[in-house]
Amino acid sequence: MNSEPTRNDSLWQPDRQASRTSEAIVRTIFGAFALVSVLTTIGIVGTLIFEMFEFFQEVPFWNFLTDDQWTPLFPTAEFGIFVLISATARTSTIAVAIALPLGLFAAIFLSEYAGPKTRQIVKPLLEVLAGIPSVVFGYFALLFVTPLLQSFIPILQGFNALSAGLVLGISITPLVASLSEDAIFAVPRSLRDGAYALGATKREAIVSVVLPAALSGIVSSIILAVSRAIGETMIVTLAAGQNPSLGLNPFVPIMTMTAFIVQVSLGDTPAGSLAYKTIFAVGMTLFLLTLVLNIFSFWFVRRFREKYD
Amino acid sequence: MVNESAQIATEPALRAENLNVYYGSTLAVREVNLKIPKNKVVAFIGPSGCGKSTVLRCFNRMNDLIPTARVTGTISFQGTNLYAPSVDPVELRRRIGMVFQKPNPFPKSIYNNIAFGARINGYKGDMDELVEMSLRRAAIWDEVKDKLQESGLALSGGQQQRLCIARAIAIAPEIILMDEPCSALDPISTLKVEELIHELKQQYTIVIVTHNMQQASRVSDLTAFYNAEALEGGSKVGYLVEYDRTTSIFHNPAEKATQDYVSGRFG
Ligand SMILES: Nc1ncnc2c1ncn2[C@@H]1O[C@H](COP(=O)(O)OP(=O)(O)OP(=O)(O)O)[C@@H](O)[C@H]1O
Ligand SMILES: [Mg+2]
Repeated sequence: MNSEPTRNDSLWQPDRQASRTSEAIVRTIFGAFALVSVLTTIGIVGTLIFEMFEFFQEVPFWNFLTDDQWTPLFPTAEFGIFVLISATARTSTIAVAIALPLGLFAAIFLSEYAGPKTRQIVKPLLEVLAGIPSVVFGYFALLFVTPLLQSFIPILQGFNALSAGLVLGISITPLVASLSEDAIFAVPRSLRDGAYALGATKREAIVSVVLPAALSGIVSSIILAVSRAIGETMIVTLAAGQNPSLGLNPFVPIMTMTAFIVQVSLGDTPAGSLAYKTIFAVGMTLFLLTLVLNIFSFWFVRRFREKYD
Repeated sequence: MVNESAQIATEPALRAENLNVYYGSTLAVREVNLKIPKNKVVAFIGPSGCGKSTVLRCFNRMNDLIPTARVTGTISFQGTNLYAPSVDPVELRRRIGMVFQKPNPFPKSIYNNIAFGARINGYKGDMDELVEMSLRRAAIWDEVKDKLQESGLALSGGQQQRLCIARAIAIAPEIILMDEPCSALDPISTLKVEELIHELKQQYTIVIVTHNMQQASRVSDLTAFYNAEALEGGSKVGYLVEYDRTTSIFHNPAEKATQDYVSGRFG
């Protein structure tokens, strides 16, 4: 028997032309889908920019920055965007002040201290929390948290930044917790072992080695949570009110940027009117704020991410 | 067979008696008995999976960090059993340091890589001095003295490993355990680490795991050869085959398995 297999080239006839054609078709289909998302983004940003320019034809940019009133629907309209920004800043600051410690401690507890059993219970609970519709959170803030807080803080009004911010904070906690936990989990075991081998206690290893190593991921989770808080609409519209007020007082009704957009969008504002253009100017401001945050986060992660292989 | 004459008569730094290590219900290493004399370098050699790292991790109780690991038998260190309930593994690990297979510097500055261990252990002396002295002893001072504030991760692999050795000796341990410290290094860095081991021997007791026969014969005074045998049911259990002076292990071993392994005629 001949052990040497004979080479028979006629058995190998790939249809190169057919595979080239199907490659081209597949590439076109994927390209088209990618294009749709790119075009959508360009369309949205383009509309925002166009309508914003229209807006600034009628309202001087300087007034937009310096007016201390926000009364676009009044006959004597004023457009001080900082009135709305101060409202968004109040709810977001309170929210982050809640979500940062809660989320981070939850993440540290889950990844470093909790046994498998506890994790199995707590992780799904966090996911359930993340899945609660924000309208439910809004009503919870308005109908439960506000009355509860009023029993301690009598000056607290029915609509206010405080309970909206608190509940907003609870609603973004799962985001901080789960992204920070991913970041902490990604810290290689070898680093912890290195710390323990030097006689570190668990707390020392976590505080001095694990958390600094996970810093870039933790910071980006917080920034994402801040953008989420700034863009959140339902909770602040329901629980913080519709009342533009400049300042830092968390006990009074306010109107966030998102709440204003809701208010105007729900009313029958004719397209092309000044009020209509106003929502684009506010929308653009929101967009720019979150864009700056995302750029910062991107830069921070690039700058501080540690590469382990 | 374990040659008693090799296990020098002075008080040993470490002494394992009837050491068995389990992962879950599987016995990974059985009945290890050996003495590690002070100020000597002891090499652990043997095929992959025979339990060298497992035994090494018993010496500073790093196995405590593996939830499934369980140890029976005793390891005496200065007359007390390491596994006695009164022993605090955190305190123990300051006195028995460890260098790992893959360099694992902390994502901190070179300076703080060294200072970290000293700080957590309550070092009250001059920190700058300690950092310099440790880096000098680890033969890396000249390469890093101008960039102490740069990240330890920015060093080459060989430099990182010497930084990890510097970090280990900074806290003044009595024993240093090294698990394949050169396996990720190029020949030049390996040579530097080996020279370093020679230096360190004056003050420390060193146990080193290595797959490199030349390395074992170059750096060690005593060599322990481990092997694994298959049990019924397919699992393997590691055991200490032979422990003797390095020259005897390499030139005149008592066991055929040792002879086959060190001469590369194995498996
Ligand atoms: N964390 C662990 N959990 C379960 N089993 C483990 C664990 N670590 C090691 N083992 C098992 O214990 C045995 C010995 O492993 P060990 O790592 O000590 O071998 P080794 O001699 O160091 O091998 P190598 O030369 O490849 O590093 C192996 O069968 C391994 O599968
Ligand atoms: Mg090993």
